[in-house]
Order: sequence, then structure tokens, then C-alpha cells
Amino acid sequence: MKKFSSLLHNLILTPSRNTKIKLLQDYFKILDINRAYALAILSNQLSFQFIKASKLRELVYEQVDQHLFDYSYDYVGDLAETISLIWPTKKEGKSQNLSTLIENIKKIKKSEINTEFSKILSELSNNERWTLIKICTGGLRIGVSERLVKTALADLYNKSVNEIEEIWHGLEFPYENLFQWLKNETSKPKIDFKKLFHPMMLANPIDEEKDFKRLNANEFQAEYKWDGIRVQLMVSLKSVSLYSRTGDNISSAFPEIIETTKGDAVIDGELLVGRNFRPSGFNDLQQRLNRKKASKDLQKKFPVFIRAYDILFYKGKDLRKLSLVERRKYLEKFQQENKTNQIDLSSIINFSSWDKLTTYKNNFHDDLNEGVMIKLKNSEYLPGRKKGYWYKWKKNPKLVDAILMYAQRGHGKRSSYYSDFTFGVWKESELVPIGKAYSGYTDKELLVLDKFIRNNTINKFGPVREVKKEIILEVAFDDVFPSTRHKSGVAMRFPRIHRIRWDKPVNEVLTISEFKKEFKLS
Amino acid sequence: MDFINHQLFIKDINVHIDPILPKKTAIITHGHADHARFGHDHVIATRQTIDIMKIRYGDKCAKRFTPLRYGQKYSIKNFDFTLYPAGHILGSAQVLIEKNNHRLVITGDYKVGKDETCKNFKLVKCDTLITEATFGLPIFQHPDPKDEIQKLIQSVKINKHNCHIVGAYALGKAQRVMNLLRQQKYNETIYIHGSLEKLCEYYSKEKINIGKFEKVSSKDKNFYEGKIIIAPPSALKDRWSRRFPNPIICLASGWMTVKQRAKQQGIELPLVISDHSDWNELLDTIKKSKAKNILITHGQEDALVYYCKKQNLVSKPLSIQGRGDEEIE
Repeated sequence: MKKFSSLLHNLILTPSRNTKIKLLQDYFKILDINRAYALAILSNQLSFQFIKASKLRELVYEQVDQHLFDYSYDYVGDLAETISLIWPTKKEGKSQNLSTLIENIKKIKKSEINTEFSKILSELSNNERWTLIKICTGGLRIGVSERLVKTALADLYNKSVNEIEEIWHGLEFPYENLFQWLKNETSKPKIDFKKLFHPMMLANPIDEEKDFKRLNANEFQAEYKWDGIRVQLMVSLKSVSLYSRTGDNISSAFPEIIETTKGDAVIDGELLVGRNFRPSGFNDLQQRLNRKKASKDLQKKFPVFIRAYDILFYKGKDLRKLSLVERRKYLEKFQQENKTNQIDLSSIINFSSWDKLTTYKNNFHDDLNEGVMIKLKNSEYLPGRKKGYWYKWKKNPKLVDAILMYAQRGHGKRSSYYSDFTFGVWKESELVPIGKAYSGYTDKELLVLDKFIRNNTINKFGPVREVKKEIILEVAFDDVFPSTRHKSGVAMRFPRIHRIRWDKPVNEVLTISEFKKEFKLS
Repeated sequence: MDFINHQLFIKDINVHIDPILPKKTAIITHGHADHARFGHDHVIATRQTIDIMKIRYGDKCAKRFTPLRYGQKYSIKNFDFTLYPAGHILGSAQVLIEKNNHRLVITGDYKVGKDETCKNFKLVKCDTLITEATFGLPIFQHPDPKDEIQKLIQSVKINKHNCHIVGAYALGKAQRVMNLLRQQKYNETIYIHGSLEKLCEYYSKEKINIGKFEKVSSKDKNFYEGKIIIAPPSALKDRWSRRFPNPIICLASGWMTVKQRAKQQGIELPLVISDHSDWNELLDTIKKSKAKNILITHGQEDALVYYCKKQNLVSKPLSIQGRGDEEIE
């Protein structure tokens, strides 16, 4: 555990990619079982069922005063780090292996978690404690992507990282077949590709100025970009399963899809809420997200369907090396053969020039799509975000000027900066908050805002600072909905700080009723 | 204690403690720039603090100086002032103010732990305590500085082809790092940024063991392989640091407790070496001072105020202009 936690400590602090790779390789050179645990942790495949962030908070409140913890957490901005630092230091126990420690934790009964896990935390060093809590909360955020871990492994054994990528989702802990193949002791692990989640093909944002000059419009086709969630649907004669873009199996949350789909294929598409293939907005979709199960009632109220736009396998045949146009034929065939009320096809927009597409995009007034996808007609299905094949072209965001009201410190890389901003518009002579944004500003703007907030605080509510009402933020957002949960009666979708309006006086900011009128909410 | 206001100003006799703007009479706790400023008429401080002010701002940085020994009483009308060691940096002092049997202590910046570069902190009992709170959160529990300096020494041993640039505040922290290295038997010449030179010379003259040091010069790049260089934190990001071979960027500061902080600042080897008290030391000082009235100045005052109130002590924060809430020590 000592070794692994100092690996993580060093990884988080080194800015150099090469040094990170070297650190990882030095660790993977150890030939015992610990490296399998390390690989599982670094690729986010290990978690403990009973120990999540909320449980950890519960445990730390047993050890320290809740207010003192909250002040500290606000300052540090990272749960694992706050707990590891604030945890009362006991005598360090005998150092344990990473593997032994994890197996011991897995054995803890649910009823004994509080005492047993607290005991383990107390016996670890600061850094080990930090590591263990990071493992529990998942998402290490140490500046090491899964891809980098695979690259380090591939380079260490002179393999190509794409070879690892290909079989990755078919591998299982403790990865013996992987390590044996890497050492050339066996051949490449055989994976049943039909049952495997396949990393998705992703799009890059288009740069209108550069890309339209460079790219030939005739070689591309376009589709609407729908505001749902990306899914991969795996249909075989035996079973149907649904995966999110990160490869999580989300089948149980969408039983109507699982129960009705037939055929033998792997489909790529967008999951949407709506009836008769009419999507009804992200707000409705949200009712179905982050749930393990969906009640009959929920299925009735918010029915889901998949708008399919690609196909990776058809009747056992790997189509990924075919062109998009060829794949489309298979997709249409699949849909004809297996018609249901849960799958329709994304329609194709044909256009002869970029100007035509621009007109099309600007004149299309359906609020439910968020722009267009532009795809190279003869592109293979390539995992990851490769340049030159698929582009996304988002609609211009909506903009509103609002007054900065409250600020709070951010988390992660923005920890300790005042980087979470609540902004509002007028309601008579007072301000009413309409949203909160954590992003969009430049590093320079963040420093300016942070300084303003520190020097112009007029009130503190725990970690929240109320500031003088002097700064106007131009806020960009994708959409706005009526809401009963917020005082202002509105809820924004993906608000972010577009720029600071130094030029505008605060009394020119809209009132809430003007705001609602402008965005057609009243 | 109504005789002093939230700006640490005693109106009755027109005396300020650590004022930001030029004043008639200023008692200065120590030489750091957020406490010692240029242009007062009359400065009262320890001899070392006065020396340091003269080194930094010139001999004429005040019209008149009154050096005080630790423990020596100085009276203005019915106010008695006494300076006591604060253990923060060379010459640093706490100020005891006595009036009509009321004892008020302004700690200035202080640390309780051992330090060979200055006189160690002396606890002064009082009725009212005005304490700093730079590290006023329970996450700050400073480790033994010897262990921290060993991390540096080990890294120098392992990374023979790198040079280590240690960011350390020019006054106090730099010399403390040098002294700690010497305590751990690191006997090589230590290379320093030009801005540290005069202060290092002064520490040497005051018989503080910081060993052999030399200003960084435009030598062959490879010369600095395997060497330790000490520079003010501002120089770490500057072009200045790019001239060295494969530098490993280190920073000696209490803030380095928090990994996210170190990462934000691009620090590869954080060294948790602080010249301020940590959480437990702050609590301990408050308790042992026997003060019933606790005022808390610059730092993370919220948590400390909360703690004091829970102990049934009268406590409130003092916000002193010009002291940001998170400064480099």
C-alpha cells in the first residue's frame, strides 16, 4: 500500500507525461498480484459496495466536529484529501499489501463497516489514507487517463496501445491473460467481441472558419444532434443489453428497450424520452437518469426510445471497417427486420455546400435538437475522438447578462479559488438568482473574479460569500425551463460564464419577467 | 481592551501595531513585508527586526528607531509594552500591552515548534489574546520538519542529474530550510537566488548556522546538476528557473499540506515546512494563555472562532486591511 500510495502521490504532482509513464512502468514492473489491483484501480474498475462518499462523511463525523470538517472541506475542495488530513492520527499499524488490504475490506460485513473501516483508516499513514479514500470514492482525478495507463503498459512490453484498447473491455480482473500476452508467454487473449462493449466513436467540435475552408462538403453528410444520452445497444438472440458511453451497463433502468428489442446487432444511438418518436426535452429525460430501476408508472409517464445512427455488428459480422454509407444500409436493414416502437433512425440531411448547411442549421427552430453532426461519408467506425471524421456543430448558445451575487470555492483543479458563481436578475429592487456556473471563464478571468470576491464580500453564509452587486456576467446556456424548485421559477441547462461585462451598468440587467418573456417562458 | 481597535490602533497614545500605511509610532512584530512597512516616524521593534527593515528598505526607512530587547518594558503614558519571542523568524516578537492591570497580547505571526534560526516562542499569559490564524483549520497538522527536509535530501540523492529548486520566502523560510539541511548533515554549498543574498549574509552574521552558500551565477548549465538552489516562490514560475538542468520544483510552505494546492502551483516536491503554528498549536496557545477574550486576525479565522465559542471564550474575527486571507508565509 505504501508503494501504491506514493505512486499516486507522485502521479498527481508531476506535470510531465513522460515522467508519469515512467512512474507507472516502474510500478508495473513488480510481478506480483498487487499490480493487477493497481491496474483495476487506475482504470476505475474497483469499488467497494458499502463504502461511498456518504458513508465516509458519516465516519468522519464520528471522529471530528461536523462544522470543523465542513470548514476544512470547503477549503480543501477534495473529500479524500480533507478526510485523510483531518482524521485523528493514531499509531500507524503494520504496513499492508495493497491486495491484502483490499481483500480485507471486501470481507467486512455491512453491519461492521463503521467500526472496522474506521479502524483501518486510523492505522494508515496520511498518504495511504488518501489513497484508500480515493479508491472508495472512485474517479481518482490524478491526471492519469485510462489511455495513459494502457500506453505505459504497451510501451513497457513493446506492444501497441490500440491492441490493448481492442481487447480491454473483454478483460477481467486479475488480468492474467493480459499480462501473459504482454510478456509474450501466450497469444493475444481471445475475446467474444459480440458480447463486448465497444468504445464509441466521438466527434470533435467543428471550427467554422478553418474546417469549412479545408473540408469538401460533398464528402460529408449531416444529422441532427439530439439532446439525449449516447447509448450502445447490444442485441443478440439470447439477450439484450444497453450500455452508456462509458461502458456502464444501464439495462435495468430501461426495461422497455430491453423487453422489446429483437434481432442480432450492435447499435449506436441516442436515448431520448418522448412518444411516437417525438422527443420531449432533456428535462423529461432527466427523470429517467441516475436510476437503477424504472417503475411502470415512470415508464408510462416518461417513455424512452432510441434514435439509432450507426451499427457496429450485424448478425455476427463486424461492420466497423466499412464506410458510414455502407453501415447505414445495414442499419436500415436491421430496422426493417425488427420494427419496434422503441427504435427509429436518425434522418440524414443532405447538403451541397457548407453555406447550405449553415442556412439549414440556422433556420431549424426545433428547440429539441442542439445542433448538427457532420460525418465523413466514408469513415470507418473508429473508437475515440479521432480528428477528421466526425464533427459536432452546436447551435449558438443563448445569452443573458446577469449580476454576480454569491460565490463559493471550487473543487478539484479549482479548489480554493472562488470559482462557483451564482448570478441573478432584478425582481423589483432586489435580485433573484437564476443560475449557478462553474466554468467557461479563462484562467485570467478566474483570478480577477477570485480577487473581486475576496475584497468585496459583504456577507458570509458558511462557505458561501455574498458579494457587492457590481459585476455583470454574460452567461451562456443551452436552454431554460420553468421550474418550481427555484425561487426565480426558472432552471437553466448548462450555464457557463461567457465573459465579464465590464462595460454594462447593473441597472441595465433584465428583470425576471423580461427574462421569462425573452426566453418564452411566460 | 477597548483601548485598541480592529486595526490594532491605540488612539489614546497614537500608536499602531504593524500598520500598513506610514504612521507616527509603529510597533513592528517582525520584518515580513505585510507587517513591516516603509515610512513611519518612529519604529519600535527588536534590534533584529530593525536591522532587517534597514536591509530591505534602507537605513532611512523610518525617522527614528527604538530597539527593544525581549522582556524589556517600554512605556508610553499609562501603557506598558513588552516584546516576547514569537518563534516565527529571526527577531520576531509578540507584543504584550498592559494598561490598568489588563494584559493584552498580540501574537503577530508565531510558531510554537523548535527552530534554530530564531528565539523560540514564549507563552505569555494574558486577559485578551489577539492571535493569527494562518493555519486555522484542523487539516493543518504540521509534520516534523526534519522528515520533510529528509525528503529533499533523498530526492537529491536519487535524482543525480536534476537540480532541485526550493521555493522559500526570502526572509526566514529560506534560512530555515538551509539550517534544517545543515542539521541533517547536508554539507554541500547551497545556491541561492540573488534576492536572498543580503538576508542570508545577515543571518550568518547573527551566528545562525546556514552553512556555505553562494549566489547563482551564469555558470555552465550542467554545473547545477545535483545541487540545491533556494529561490523566492515567485521565481519558480519565472524564466529565471528555466536556466537550470531538469529542475525539480519544490516549495517549503505549510500550504503544501494540501496536495491540490501543490498541484495547482506546479510543485513536484512539496515540503511541509511552516513558520506558523498549526491547528493544535493554535488551540494549545489559546488554552494556555488563559485569555477569556480571543480576537483572531488574518487567516482561516472562521473555524477558530467557532472553536473558541464552543469553549465559551469570547471570540471574534478581526479583519485587518492589507492582509489577504491566504498569503505566502
